[in-house]
Amino acid sequence: MFRVTSPFRIVCIVALAASLAACSSSEKEAPAVSTAQPSASSIKPGSADDFRVNVGDTIFFDVDQHSIRADAQSVLAKQAAWLQKYPSVRLLVEGHCDERGTREYNLALGDRRGYALKEYLVSLGVDAARLQSKSYGKERPVCAESDDSCWQQNRRGYSVISSGAGS
Amino acid sequence: MKSLHAMTRSVLGAMALALTMASTPAYAALQIKLDEGVIQPIPIAITDFTASSPRDQQTAAQVSAVVRGDLERSGLFLPLDSRSYIEKVSSFSAIPRFGDWRIIKAEGLVTGQATQLADGQLQVDFRLWDIFGEKQVVGMSFKTTPENWRRLGHLVADAIYERLTGEKGYFDTRVVFISESGPKIKRRYRLSIMDQDGANPSFLTSGDYIVLSPRFSPTMQAITYMSYERAIPSVFIFDLQTGQREVIGQYSGMTFAPRFAPDGNRVVFSYSRDNNIDVYVVDLRSRRPVRLTSDPGIDTSPSFAPDGSRIVYNSDRGGSPQLYVMGADGSGQQRISFGQGRYTTPVWSPRGDLIAFTRQSGQTFSIGVMRPDGQGERILTTSFADEGPTWSPNGRVILFTRTTAGRGNASGNSSVWSVDLTGQNLRKVLTPGEASDPAWSPLNR
Repeated sequence: MFRVTSPFRIVCIVALAASLAACSSSEKEAPAVSTAQPSASSIKPGSADDFRVNVGDTIFFDVDQHSIRADAQSVLAKQAAWLQKYPSVRLLVEGHCDERGTREYNLALGDRRGYALKEYLVSLGVDAARLQSKSYGKERPVCAESDDSCWQQNRRGYSVISSGAGS
Repeated sequence: MKSLHAMTRSVLGAMALALTMASTPAYAALQIKLDEGVIQPIPIAITDFTASSPRDQQTAAQVSAVVRGDLERSGLFLPLDSRSYIEKVSSFSAIPRFGDWRIIKAEGLVTGQATQLADGQLQVDFRLWDIFGEKQVVGMSFKTTPENWRRLGHLVADAIYERLTGEKGYFDTRVVFISESGPKIKRRYRLSIMDQDGANPSFLTSGDYIVLSPRFSPTMQAITYMSYERAIPSVFIFDLQTGQREVIGQYSGMTFAPRFAPDGNRVVFSYSRDNNIDVYVVDLRSRRPVRLTSDPGIDTSPSFAPDGSRIVYNSDRGGSPQLYVMGADGSGQQRISFGQGRYTTPVWSPRGDLIAFTRQSGQTFSIGVMRPDGQGERILTTSFADEGPTWSPNGRVILFTRTTAGRGNASGNSSVWSVDLTGQNLRKVLTPGEASDPAWSPLNR
């Protein structure tokens, strides 16, 4: 039901071109990126679709860690550059965890992940006032199976445009 | 939502019933010793209570069914099949034919009657008989408004449990929990409340936003919980009498993992401020928070000792999540868990002598207990994911969340389970749909 199917794997390669580690370490590790994708030609620069498809909205974390991995740094560099180009955009950055921790501890861990993501973007020159971080602990997974590949997909930082993007 | 106001229930009158009969010396004292290893459930006959008028007959039978259910689930009693009864008890005042009950191996017999009083209240009288001792062990009477008839059954069960174990019963209690529905990737969470046996469930929030970790106030009049209702996930208080909910204050970061202090005036919780998650306590009257921990690690899941002097909590300051104890003012912070694995969600027993926790080790999660000095660790349950213990008010039973692994098209399932402090009597608790984060109420009186 929530299995990542091949169309999404292609999306993963597009969205996370610079983070091959996340895609290639396992056949099943492709992150499920949102819903159906518009064709590249219909994407308007500066739109939420542009951010999601051409920049990449998801980074991944190691087990019980909140440090920004090398594969995530390139995604965040693209996010920062895109945010510089579209200065009216504000982001909500969500910290998420896998299910292998207790609820309250994971709320804390997700909080640290969201904060780490936000601070990384700030270090690349994004105004902190444009960024809000929020933890969802283990309560909003993108993948419901109990295996390593799903857990990796769920240990994520997800950047979503909260306002200011063209449609 | 109808049972919201059920919290303001009329005071139940209780009185002892004496039955005049020649007292015979005890043959084999009918009692249960809770601390003696594996407990053999006592065979007990709980007859359908009689009614003084035909219109109360159904209620009378339902009340005895509540008693039967409570005692059976406790694991201490084995209610006998009513079809095996030889004597059909038709009068509450008659002395039972003990021989008839010995034949079917009953050691205890419960008889009772229900009466609708002139003032509209419902009264239940019951007697517990010792079959071998051939005497009444206890007889009492309770009354309340008719819509609270289930409570009468719980009070009877509590009285029997108390008389035979020497400890307080826990049947006349409630549980707050989170009802969960929908697929894992889009779960709906609703603050919920029910009786301890799963009866009278009701939703307290709509399900439009995530709610987690509800816990009762010591007076049972309020619940503190964490909610995503606002942009910043925050600790709230839900007033069960008014149905109103209120955020505990304006904080710049997430507040979570709340729990009432034993005095009911303060809430201890975690607050994420400047990328540091620490334990704070706030007085609900002044609303002024006081910071209790300040190390750079994650400090969360605080729980007061029942005397209010100390707090047990969870910290990863040493590299992995472990249990720590400190004074209620934050002094003398000391690690107490040193076993293998990650220790989280500590909860101090209402008796004060033990701390229940979740331990994650290898591929499994366990519920366990240890003494407040960290000694005497015992694991009670283990599965793919057991977490979040809560104590019965008498400190004898633990509820927790058990989640199964998601496989293929099937999401993992969350449900509430119960286990005795001995590790015996593991059972799934009846809830309306999937459920998590149970928290037991204090005694309902």
